Order: sequence, then C-alpha cells, then structure tokens
Amino acid sequence: MAKKILLEHIDKPGIKSYEVYRQQGGYNSVEKALREMKPADIVEEVKKSGLRGRGGAGFPTGMKWSFIDKKSGNLRYLVCNADESEPGTFKDRFLMEFIPHLLIEGMITSSIALESNLGFIYIRGEFRWIKTILENAIAEARAAGWLGHNILGTGYSLELVVHPGAGAYICGEETALLESLEGKRGLPRIKPPFPAVKGLYGNPTVVNNVETIAAVPWIINNGGDAYAKIGIGRSTGTKLISACGNINKPGVYEIELGLQVDEFLNSDEYCGGVLDGKMLKAVVAGGSSVPILPAELFFKTKKGEPRLMSYESLSDGGFESGTMLGSGGFIVYDEDQCIVRNTWNFTRFYHHESCGQCSPCREGTGWMEKVLHNLESGHGKLSDVDLLWDIQKKIDGNTICPLGDAAAWPVASAIRHFREEFEWHVEHPHDAQKRNYGLLKSTKEYFVASAI
Amino acid sequence: MKVTIDNIEIEVEAGTTIMNAARKVGGEIVPPAMCYYTSLKGSGGKCRACLVKVSQGSTADPRPMPKLVASCCTTVQEGMVVQNITSPEVLETRKGIVEFLLINHPLDCPICDQAGECDLQNFAFDHGRQKTRYDFERRTFDVINIGEDIKLHMTRCILCYRCTMVADQLTDGREHGILWRGDKSEISTYIQKAVENDFSGNMIDVCPVGALTDKHFRFRNRVWFLNPMDAHRDCKKCSGKVVLWMRGEEIYRVTGRKDQHAELKEFICNDCRFENYDTKNWTIEGPREIENESVINSNHYEEGTKALPKELFSKLNNEKWGDF
Repeated sequence: MAKKILLEHIDKPGIKSYEVYRQQGGYNSVEKALREMKPADIVEEVKKSGLRGRGGAGFPTGMKWSFIDKKSGNLRYLVCNADESEPGTFKDRFLMEFIPHLLIEGMITSSIALESNLGFIYIRGEFRWIKTILENAIAEARAAGWLGHNILGTGYSLELVVHPGAGAYICGEETALLESLEGKRGLPRIKPPFPAVKGLYGNPTVVNNVETIAAVPWIINNGGDAYAKIGIGRSTGTKLISACGNINKPGVYEIELGLQVDEFLNSDEYCGGVLDGKMLKAVVAGGSSVPILPAELFFKTKKGEPRLMSYESLSDGGFESGTMLGSGGFIVYDEDQCIVRNTWNFTRFYHHESCGQCSPCREGTGWMEKVLHNLESGHGKLSDVDLLWDIQKKIDGNTICPLGDAAAWPVASAIRHFREEFEWHVEHPHDAQKRNYGLLKSTKEYFVASAI
Repeated sequence: MKVTIDNIEIEVEAGTTIMNAARKVGGEIVPPAMCYYTSLKGSGGKCRACLVKVSQGSTADPRPMPKLVASCCTTVQEGMVVQNITSPEVLETRKGIVEFLLINHPLDCPICDQAGECDLQNFAFDHGRQKTRYDFERRTFDVINIGEDIKLHMTRCILCYRCTMVADQLTDGREHGILWRGDKSEISTYIQKAVENDFSGNMIDVCPVGALTDKHFRFRNRVWFLNPMDAHRDCKKCSGKVVLWMRGEEIYRVTGRKDQHAELKEFICNDCRFENYDTKNWTIEGPREIENESVINSNHYEEGTKALPKELFSKLNNEKWGDF
C-alpha cells in the first residue's frame, strides 16, 4: 500500500467528529506549532517539504508564504480556496465532506505560520451542505479550545469564517475570490500587485487550496524532510486524484507523486482499468483546463520514457506532446467517446463561466462554443477547424486571468491530437449526428444518446 | 527611468505606465486604448487592445516577459525595452482583439451618432481585417432610457466599464452598473431606474462607442458637419469649459474638451451639457485646436470631395487593402 497522508484515517468510523479525529492524533500539530515552533520555523519546514500548490498551478507553498509582507504590521489573512468547480475535479469536496477537521487543523497551523488572526474558507456556493459540516467542525474545535481567543494559553488568537460563493467558477481565481469575499463582483484583479502584497481589503493575503492546507499538519508533525522523501524529484508528497470517466473504479485516490500512469489507470488498487475492457482513447489528466492527451502519448512521453503522475513528467514535452497535473481531475475516455463533443462541452462551460471583463475571453469563448456546436451537429466547414485554432491562439495568454488560457488549451490540444476527427465531422455530417467517431470501426451502428 | 519603446528612448518618472510613456513620445507608437481612461481610477486592462511586447524586462532582469502585457497597467522599469508596432506578434494579436470586439457589435455605423468620433471605428480602421469570419447571430438588447438625457444601446457596448466608473467615482448614489456575466453582461441601471445626477452626462463622453448617446443630439446631425468651438460660461458646479458643436448659429450639442487621446481632462456638469443650447449663454473662444484622429480625417475627408485621396491609392497596393 502506498503512503497515505491526507486520507490516512478516512476509513475510521466517525472521523467526521472531533472526538474520533482527536483520538487519531488530530490537532497535535497545532500544539507543536504553538508551543515548540516559531512562525518562521513552520514556514521553513513547509519550504523544506517542497509542498506545491494543489489547486492547479503547482507554485511552491513555502515560497508563497515567505513572500507575505510581515514587516509593515498590517493585518494578514489566510484564505482557503475551496471554490472547487473545475469539471472533473472533486477532491476538495471529498476532503471537506469526510474529514473536515483536517482542513480546520491545517488552517490553524498555517495561520500560525503566517501570524494571521483571521482566516477565511471561501467555499463553492453549491457545496451548501459542506458549509454546514465545516461550520460544525469549527464550532467543535472552538469548544475544545483550538480556536478563539488565547489558544492554549499562548496568547495567540484566531477566528475562522466560512464564506459561500454564489456559483461562479471564476471566483476560484485567487483575486476574483478576494473581490467576491469583499462583497464585490467576482472579477479578477490586474496583477501586480499580487495578493501577498495587497490582497483582501488591501492587506497581505495568502490564498491556498484546500488540499495544500490539509497537508500542512502532517508536515509539522513529521518534519519537512520526511515529506520531501515521498514523491519524486520536485514533485514531493502525495496528491489526491479524482478519477472519473470510463473506468471501473471512479473515485478519489491518494497517490504518491511519481506513480506510473499505467499503474494508476490499470491497477486494481486505483482506477481498475478502462470500463468494459474497451480501448483507451484519451485522458485529461488534471481537470478540464489541461490539454487532452491521446492514449499513446499518455503512457509514454515523446522520448519514450514511461509517464509518471508528477508535475514534471506529465508536462514533459510542453503542450506539443504533454499536459499538466493541474488540479488532479483525471478524466478517462474510452474508444467510443467523441472528442469534438467533449471539446464542445468544455468550451460551453468556459463560455458560461467567463466573467466578461476582458474581451478575448468574453467574446472568444462564446465564438468557439458556437463553432464547435456547428461542427458537432454536422453543420461545420473544413475552414472551421483552422478558425478554431486561430481563435484559441488569440485568447491564449492575452487575458487578465488564466481562465482564458484554460478555455483555449482544451481546444488547442483536441485539434492538435484529434484533427482527423474534427474533419470527419465535417465530411460526414450525417454520420456525425448518429454515431461517434470512435464507433466507426465497429460493425454495429450505435445510436448514441448524445445525438442531437 | 530610461525606457525604449519601438526603438525610441525616453526618460520618464518611476511609476509611469508604458501607455503614458508612449503617449509622451506620441505618434504612431501610442497603443490604442479602448477602456483605459486617465482620469478614471481603476480603468484599463480590460479591452486588451493596448497589449505590447516587453522584450527586456529591465536592466537588472533582462529577461523578456512571457506574455504580452497591457501597456495601460504595466509600469515601466529602468532599461525596459517595449515593442509595439515593431512586433508582428502584437499587431497580429491586436487584429484578433478588433475581431473579438466586433463580433457582437452591430456595425450600424451609418445610423450611429458616434460615427466619426468613435474609438472602436478608428481602432477597427487601423487594425482590423476587412471581412468578418463570424457568421452567427449577434447578441442584441433592447434600447433603454437611462434618465432624461441619456439613451443606452447595449448592443453597441464593448464593456469597457468606463461609464460604471463615472457612476462610481463622479456621482453619488450609485445606480448604474453591470448585470450578469460573460458575454451576457449588460450595463444597466438598477431595474431601469433613471440615472439622475449632475454629472451623469459624462458617461456619454467617456463611452468609446455609440452605446451611450445624448438624447438631445440623437439623429440630429453627423459630427463631421459640425464645427467644434471652445467656449466657457460661469458655472457653479463645474469649470464650465466645454466644446460647442455648432452648425451656423445653432448649437447642436455640448461636450467636454477631449485631448488628442480622446480623453476628457475636466468633466462637465449636466447643466452645461444639456440646458444651455443658446449661444448667448456662452463666451466663445474660437475653433477647437485639437482635432482627434478619426476615420474621417485620416481619410482626408475635405480633399476627398474633389478627388479620391492619394493615400487611398497607395493603400490599395498594400496587403491590408488587398481585398478592399
């Protein structure tokens, strides 16, 4: 069995409650952080651990923490980004729903490190029941003396607030999240200044993903070096992967970074192989925003090395032949799935979620969706494929926040790797409406539910 | 601080944006601005029309910036090297931005009051392509009245957010903002509540397109038939320095004074703008000296009445006008 850090005690009955969580050694890290360590030591441990942001970008957490301005004497805030709404990603939801105290403990220890006295958990609006779970957990922790005024008699005080979003994906972008938390429209800010300098209410703020914060207690208990030993290279520690699509065992898995993708997909411990013994067609390895990879490039990099579940290995080859670990939303497509339809579906999402602040994303995502809809429903032209390529290129890198890039990458990679499928949709409009490209080789004519 | 823009070196103060540094040089190297407005706090960064390439970050860190940056909100560093019109990448991107701004624009210039002084028209004329590649239905909205003096054509809006900043920063009791999100975003007043305050008329002036129009002027004349005259009057609320747009003795409309970048330096009140259409009320200083660049004058409209302008002939040969 692989090393488990976040989900070590997930199978204990009643781990949701404070008592059981405490019996498993919960909140020990708070005691250690307050009594034995200085805030700077905690930051140092996290730096040593090599922990990287689990929200998608993979920025080193310790470095992010050390950017925060402590000298000015302004209030500092820790904000937990629990606005998880990327298609294919559902790891934070699992963590918060089934082991809420882990996040609360992480919030406390991280706040100690940042010397912050007020922390926010910005939770996705649709996770209303989880908001209740977290609030209950906070109440339990407060009752046990881990939160509130003068914690453990050390003079350190901390309050945590759970704030629900109102249903916008864009509020998962850190600056839009801060705007939303301040009660404004969730529009991303123009950077610089970065939140570490000027964040919530103009004060230095650190925004971290749920999974990142949840990893901090273990690092404090066991030391940064122990964490750095797990994993491979600069991808240290464990990562939650939410696996879905055409696999035998969809769900949330904790893996050690560096696991071979082949093992993750096919072993019975994890995904258990492609459903119904079908062939693998493509994989989206890190949530809908990252480039889709065809099966042959997924298992082996261009250089012929076996691909691993790690930040570096998955992005090997750049966007030409690689992808990204992203937020860990692992979506598997078997041979019968239609890439054009999938791309259209993703683009529809980004069109719906674009905030409308800057023009390339606001207009471009809608345009791409319409062109893709035409292609999928058999009204496309061959020039549409080139047009799509051109539109995504004009969006990529030209927007205020990464949502524009995230909308452009799936389209770019789908065309890059599956161009012939787009062309098949144009050349066989009648067939494209009745069956999927993957079923071509099949003797039977399926009528897929997706037909419009 | 020394900064090089399109091979022209200029010395500017620390904290200046690339846009303002380029404006100091002037001429062709000034990036177009559709949303940035000097006197409105927080404006800029949205339209992406002013994207430029930074090929050297600074003397201390000579690496180029990985992405194109918005020149209106990027401050210069010592030794920064910026490429605007010398970078094919920037020009190509700008072409894309024009296209994005136009795909949901009705292109009803022939019946739009803004034509002839429209930032989008000028921008598209300078950087756009001749034909559209967009063959879907365009986004449309109903025309609504926002207050007694202003009409809103949301269909023409490019969502620069300037007018909401006027509402925020110039007037009190904010009633004007943005509803919805993405390409369904809509400028509106709170349940079509009227915008009633003394400086609301400035929204018309800051609007880069014909989305917000003066109800007293709508459809009464074309801007190129009018003579802009500087004038002033004693006004308790504002400086009273305006431009009168006249034909003969008649004042057709009153606006604030725009500089060469089509920006107002001083905002004027609604009394000056909407209540004084009699020349007796004004002291006329003389013809307006600054003429904003526009589609009309860049095509040498006045010469064009006699013969086709020379420039058009030479432009016929170059790539841009290939399919004209």
